[in-house]
Amino acid sequence: MSAAGQPLLDVRGLETRFYTFAGVVNAVDGVSFTVGRGEILGLVGESGGGKSVIGFSILGLIDSPGKVDGGEILFDGDDLAGKSESELQRIRGREIAMVFQDPMTSLNPLQTIGQQMDEMLRLHSDLDGRARRARCIEMLNDVGISEAERRLKNYPHQFSGGMRQRVVIAIAMIAGPRLIIADEPTTALDVTIQSQILKLMRRQVRERDASMILITHDLAVVSQMADQIVVLYCGRVVEQGPKEALIRKPAHPYTQGLLGSIPKLHGRQARLTQIPGAVPDVRNLPKGCNFRERCPFAQARCAEEEPQQRALGAGRSVACHFPLEEGTEA
Amino acid sequence: MQGFLKSEFFFNYRRSASAIIGSALMLLFAVYVAFGPWLVAQNPHDIASLELLDSFKPPAWLPGGDPRYPLGTDGQGRDMLASIVYGARISVMIGVVAMLCSCFIGTALGLLAGFYRGAVDSFIMRVADIQLSFPSILIALFLMSAVGTGIDKVLIALTAVGWVVYARTVRGSTLSEIEKEYVQAARVAGLPDRKIILKHVLPNVLTPLIVIATIQVGTFVLIEASLSFLGVGVPITQPSLGLLVKNGFDVLFSGLWWTSAFPGLAIMILVFGINLFGDFLRDELNPRLK
Repeated sequence: MSAAGQPLLDVRGLETRFYTFAGVVNAVDGVSFTVGRGEILGLVGESGGGKSVIGFSILGLIDSPGKVDGGEILFDGDDLAGKSESELQRIRGREIAMVFQDPMTSLNPLQTIGQQMDEMLRLHSDLDGRARRARCIEMLNDVGISEAERRLKNYPHQFSGGMRQRVVIAIAMIAGPRLIIADEPTTALDVTIQSQILKLMRRQVRERDASMILITHDLAVVSQMADQIVVLYCGRVVEQGPKEALIRKPAHPYTQGLLGSIPKLHGRQARLTQIPGAVPDVRNLPKGCNFRERCPFAQARCAEEEPQQRALGAGRSVACHFPLEEGTEA
Repeated sequence: MQGFLKSEFFFNYRRSASAIIGSALMLLFAVYVAFGPWLVAQNPHDIASLELLDSFKPPAWLPGGDPRYPLGTDGQGRDMLASIVYGARISVMIGVVAMLCSCFIGTALGLLAGFYRGAVDSFIMRVADIQLSFPSILIALFLMSAVGTGIDKVLIALTAVGWVVYARTVRGSTLSEIEKEYVQAARVAGLPDRKIILKHVLPNVLTPLIVIATIQVGTFVLIEASLSFLGVGVPITQPSLGLLVKNGFDVLFSGLWWTSAFPGLAIMILVFGINLFGDFLRDELNPRLK
């Protein structure tokens, strides 16, 4: 199929803009990252940071007034950005599936979950009716829904939030996609359910040897799940690298700020730190570094010159003029 | 059926006087419309069965009344009750068929406008605005002067006005529905637009239409009656309730009030029943009032 060394997804210089009345919004501004085979990538950033837009850009589902303006989205070596709508329809669901934030609204309230699962298989497989049904039951069992056969006839409102998200995951996985984009999959769930669902997703992805992009604002979720982390700020990548290194020693002040705002169960911590200020207006970004107005380490150069990505070694890179020293504990 | 009898809908129905009265009146008309020819003695459209000597008989309970004609007769000796039954058939048929046409066209256009937005939306909604600025009577007059009268022309005139309310409602619901994640999920799943619209959006925007459709039958009966009263509605060979009122109106001031009053009363009862039941449906199906 393709070279083993090639990543499953290779996003290069992706630019997605929204042409609104109030000005052009660079929701995604030259973002590059790769997702390896069998790898879980965490895409982290604050609200309005362009995380979800990246997911929709990959699938070619950016609606007017938005537009993917530049960059390449290489999925298994194929550029998705140049594909036609009908080609993309064959990829959506079959090759790349998506799990949404709110399981209360991501299922059609008027169809049984059996019908909704079956629809995916009819669209993306050649199985006959009986085989599809067997597959649906198997899939429901896989995501931990008991009495699957009976449950197929149930409507979404007959399930609890956590159960619905399990169904959503089952629907996403059923056609055997190679990449799952999970957009805040646990944000709408009770905390007690969150970790169950995360573990389930992780196991499903690993068992099927699929890859996943986990979009979230919650570094705690990412640290539990991801292999690689990409931190976004104002539509740009500010830092990326393998999970352990990045969490242990963040190089960008923004990453450090995000980490500092997570409560820790162990160890002494006098106060949770917060990042001062708010995300700047994306229609009117300041010159220089986007983060400088909130950055405790900002210097004159940060106001003049936009920091470019630079490698830190060990697969890490950061876009900061003054990356934090090695050994700066978060 | 068991499920229906135990449903909340039926529970509320049994406790709502207006719903029971409204549906009883609708049922009465439905029975007459379906079985009318077997329930009345005379076929008013069959000249051979008419007795000219019986013309302008007053209702049966008045002096000079004839028990064969409970509501009296008109100038051709037609039994008013039979005329009303036959007329109601035409009125209800026009109301229902025009409603179905409006609903179909309006829903289809509303779905397209809401789903595709942009130029499609602007075009359909501007046509709707223009449409609304023409009263149905004016459209009927245009049609009549161009192609003559007839039930089909009345249907076209009513549909031309009636589709707009469906298009607007469906467009609004579609706009809010396609923002929901299950529609996004359907797109992400690789479903073609046609399937998303028909299988996911359409079923979820239908509920408010039930109310609109019910009430609209009543409205259409009224509009058709006005059109016929003005002489631009149904042809004289197929007298609807409105045309009966008009025919009676010509002799109203000669004291022959029953030829006009009873068809008018029939229209009133029919529309009243439809509106009562429509109001109940609106309260029942509106999630915000729950």
